[in-house]
Amino acid sequence: MKAKPYMNPYLAGFLLGLVLLTTIYITGRGLGASGGVKSVVLTLISDVAPTHTANTPYLANYAETHPGGPLKDWLFFEIVGVLIGAFLSGVISNRMGLKLERGPRITNRTRIVAAIIGGFLFGLGSQLGRGCTSGAALSGMGVMSLGGIITMLAIFGTGYFFAYFFRKLWL
Amino acid sequence: MGPLVPYLISNEFNLMIALLAGIGFGFVLEQAGFSSTKKLAGLFYGYDFTVLKVFFTAGVTAMIGVILFAHWGILDLSLIYINPTFLWSALLGGAIMGLGFIIGGFCPGTSICAAAIGKLDGVAFVFGSALGIVAFAESFPLFENIYLAENWGPLLINEELGLSKPFFALLLTAVALAAFYLTHLIENKVTRRPTEVTPKKRINYALAGVLGFFLIGIVGFTPSKEEIVEQRVSSPKRHASYVFNEVTSDQLAFEIANNFHQINIIDVRSPAEFEAYHLPLAINIPAEEIMDRKWQKIFQQRIKSNYFYADTDSLAKKAYLLSNYAGRSSNFLLKDSPENFRKLYTNLTPPQANASKEVTNTYQYRKKLAQDMDKLVEAMSNLNKPVEIKTVAAKGGC
Repeated sequence: MKAKPYMNPYLAGFLLGLVLLTTIYITGRGLGASGGVKSVVLTLISDVAPTHTANTPYLANYAETHPGGPLKDWLFFEIVGVLIGAFLSGVISNRMGLKLERGPRITNRTRIVAAIIGGFLFGLGSQLGRGCTSGAALSGMGVMSLGGIITMLAIFGTGYFFAYFFRKLWL
Repeated sequence: MGPLVPYLISNEFNLMIALLAGIGFGFVLEQAGFSSTKKLAGLFYGYDFTVLKVFFTAGVTAMIGVILFAHWGILDLSLIYINPTFLWSALLGGAIMGLGFIIGGFCPGTSICAAAIGKLDGVAFVFGSALGIVAFAESFPLFENIYLAENWGPLLINEELGLSKPFFALLLTAVALAAFYLTHLIENKVTRRPTEVTPKKRINYALAGVLGFFLIGIVGFTPSKEEIVEQRVSSPKRHASYVFNEVTSDQLAFEIANNFHQINIIDVRSPAEFEAYHLPLAINIPAEEIMDRKWQKIFQQRIKSNYFYADTDSLAKKAYLLSNYAGRSSNFLLKDSPENFRKLYTNLTPPQANASKEVTNTYQYRKKLAQDMDKLVEAMSNLNKPVEIKTVAAKGGC
């Protein structure tokens, strides 16, 4: 079966805005993504290497302020929801399947390496910038946060600035 | 009034809300095409601006919704989370993320969506972001200075620009609409395949834009719930026409002395005035705080009656009416001023020997009430103090 076309972007944006608005109304906070991954990996580290955690102030502090681990973490539940929601959407629109998307001029291996490097940078940057495109930029815009909007401009501005140098990856 | 957590929804159930919000978030992202790295990269090379369209529409929708909810008094903006501004970490962190975006082709949320439908590059990106988070945690001392530098707190962009909320929303919506039109032109040029926007779609887009401006207009030009309530409770006309349950000082003194466990005596003056003198067993809730969440329990319960008083009649009446908006407790108003109450019930001077029976009776009655109230105040003041247990050292020996 052929994959169904994507939703109209404005309709999708409107629905996404409603999801964000409802979340703010009910919980008083916005959406996020990187924080959920953080909760999993940092709790994993403190479980596997307790001595190391005790010796690293950042990890020790995180373990102390988040005693319940991912199972008490709002963003962890939220990204589990994202997995479920995206999966449902993929099933409904026939987009499931093991695939690798890449630009026409690179190999699969280059694509995987680039994805890991990009992920690494994004993970690092999201910690420094206190949130990623979801938590800082999108949710920040919803509540008119100055910091969120600065982060958003920095993300997209830098993306455009470097786009020329990495065009071989995509075009 | 929102947010509902933790007042109406517990922190545990909030995790279920997180799951549901995530399902909605993931579903819409995937439907919009954010699970495809080509669509995301299109933003930076001009062939597909879906990301901008979805992102901007979502941000503007949520923003208009937030100010509208606040305007209608169903969302308390002072309680929602505002991302704090740390200038350098926001800029540097954002720049690193931007670089990660153009190299990896995803952001954390979209990579999770991609992984969910089986995209291997999405899985690789999630793996990479986990590594990046660990790297940050491990090398935190390296970033610590810049991470904490220039802490400006939870600033709002409209306030920094000196604009009202609806005006900023208006500007951002206009910018968004202009961006949608421009990117449409760029897209057509880059792909060399002009996409036709059908007349039906045009009408829909125009209606959506007009609706957005209309809702912002409501916030900008109509009085907010707060203003309406303020106007109603302060209106002298309403003070004159409303039937208040009024009591005299003697009646209130009787209630305090005999039924103190069934009433709240609420002093709605400022804390300083309250400190200077207040009625026996009174609590202080300044009139402007009546609608605050922290006092909700007092105004929403129906077991105790609330007795309001203030120096002026209009302030007490305002508080009385305001409490009708805060809850449905049964209310009473002290007709006299607290100063009057004080004159009647402190430093009572015995009447002369030849005074009439009525005067003597009144004196005896008030004296008894004053004594009872003093006893109660004394007893209640000891209620919160810890009970000291006398320690006695054991005596032994012979």
